[in-house]
Amino acid sequence: MANLINTFLLTDLLKGLWTTFKNQKPSKVVTEQYPLNRPPVAERYRGAPRLNTHPETSETLCISCNLCALACPEQLIVVTSERNPETKRKDLTTFTYDVSRCMFCGLCEDACPVDALELTQDFELATYTREGQIWDRQMLEEGPLPVRYTH
Amino acid sequence: MAETTLAPPEVQAETLLDSNELVLNMGPQHPSTHGVLRVILKLDGETVLGTDCVIGYLHRGVEKIAENRTFQQFAPYVDRMDYVAAVSNGLGYCMAVEKLLDAEVPPRAQAVRVILTELNRIASHLLWLGTHALDIGAITPVFLCFREREEVLKIFENYCGARLTTHAFRIGGLQYETYDTFEKQCLDLCDLMEQKLKEYHDLLTGNRIWVRRTKGVGILNAADCKDYGVTGPLIRAAGIEWDLRKAQPYCGYENYDFDIPTAETGDTFDRYMVRMEEMVQSCRIIRQAVDALPEGPIKGKVGKVIKPPPGEAYVSIEAPKGELGYYIVSDGSLNPYRVRVRPPSFVNLGALDKMCRGSLVADVVAIIGTIDIVLGEVDR
Repeated sequence: MANLINTFLLTDLLKGLWTTFKNQKPSKVVTEQYPLNRPPVAERYRGAPRLNTHPETSETLCISCNLCALACPEQLIVVTSERNPETKRKDLTTFTYDVSRCMFCGLCEDACPVDALELTQDFELATYTREGQIWDRQMLEEGPLPVRYTH
Repeated sequence: MAETTLAPPEVQAETLLDSNELVLNMGPQHPSTHGVLRVILKLDGETVLGTDCVIGYLHRGVEKIAENRTFQQFAPYVDRMDYVAAVSNGLGYCMAVEKLLDAEVPPRAQAVRVILTELNRIASHLLWLGTHALDIGAITPVFLCFREREEVLKIFENYCGARLTTHAFRIGGLQYETYDTFEKQCLDLCDLMEQKLKEYHDLLTGNRIWVRRTKGVGILNAADCKDYGVTGPLIRAAGIEWDLRKAQPYCGYENYDFDIPTAETGDTFDRYMVRMEEMVQSCRIIRQAVDALPEGPIKGKVGKVIKPPPGEAYVSIEAPKGELGYYIVSDGSLNPYRVRVRPPSFVNLGALDKMCRGSLVADVVAIIGTIDIVLGEVDR
């Protein structure tokens, strides 16, 4: 009997439609208007790489130990250095990071003993050229230029 | 399986003209083959006489890549096999290497691993539910499921910085300590899920269209499940209580109280109900694990350079899709000598032909959906 009533009144379908309708409230909208409102990314987000410098002297923190290059599964980091005859330490000369091959696994960040290499919260990495994806030391230290969208 | 293999078109042309049989390609670019699966259907009118799967469109040679990477370096690649359940893949791989190393994982790390893999199970099942319903023609569930899945992904993002290819676990334990609101967010998610699962049941379970499209479709009984090596929700829907979390507990699953949901007939509707119930059980496990989260270190005594002794190890875990196994051979060097993955979706896909025979073309879509395949894992 209940089944018959159900067949004629389509209660199951109405129940589903009511569930759909309940979620139509404007206060329940979850869509993010992306370029207008930037979603906050998590603190540990692994995005664009950055080579940190000392906040006061603006000298690089990198000690050219090459551990990040060894840790990288894609071998996309190339570190070159030259020995400083006065301090007997290695001085960083170039640091190349191929973002186009990076899968943001964070192994380089974990390997860095001095917290010089860091994956930041910046995630807008699109460029018009492939060459633009290969970041040199200057780009890694200063970060990519902020993009502004107009429409 | 020889009888299902279809002869090339030129051989079949003559016989096809005489009969009413039709060979139809479904995929690889078909919205409901969940990626790049190509199914060659042999049809008689609307009835399916046989199917033949063509896979390999997403083959990346992951197992070969492993041989050229160190043990740590390969860990991010396993996330890219079953990208819907990346955390489970990471767990299986890390556990296999830990078995090779004979390394202990601290209890806190194990509890966090359990929480994250169960969260991943919920995320994977939610994605399955949304896309499966979308295949069958219900448009609403996919939006609701993705909304709730977003909450799970937020926990992943807060915990390890990535949403999909998480790389959450490291060999020997964890890399990241939990964040401040981790426990609260997990418990909130459990509350949310229990409330939202009711909505899904309202939308689908009683719905006559859903029931007519799923009940009695793609039946795979218990004996066939065993013959084909099918695992996961498929075998549980056929009535066999087989869950590796109970059968051979790992990662401290023996300490948690949960049930294995089963059903009887093993059709598409039963698999739907089993997966819905699994989400409830996952919430139960998460609650227990969060309540009893022990303090202590998160990484065991594993050196910076991982060099396991020569030997081999096989570890299998209960991934959202079934038994996920990692077989690793080490020759004592920095790189694995061989890595072989036993992907659950690949093995489960083998039963597609058995389930499809005699059903209608429209049901093939439902059956592919109900197997819950991820082509990244099938092709590797």
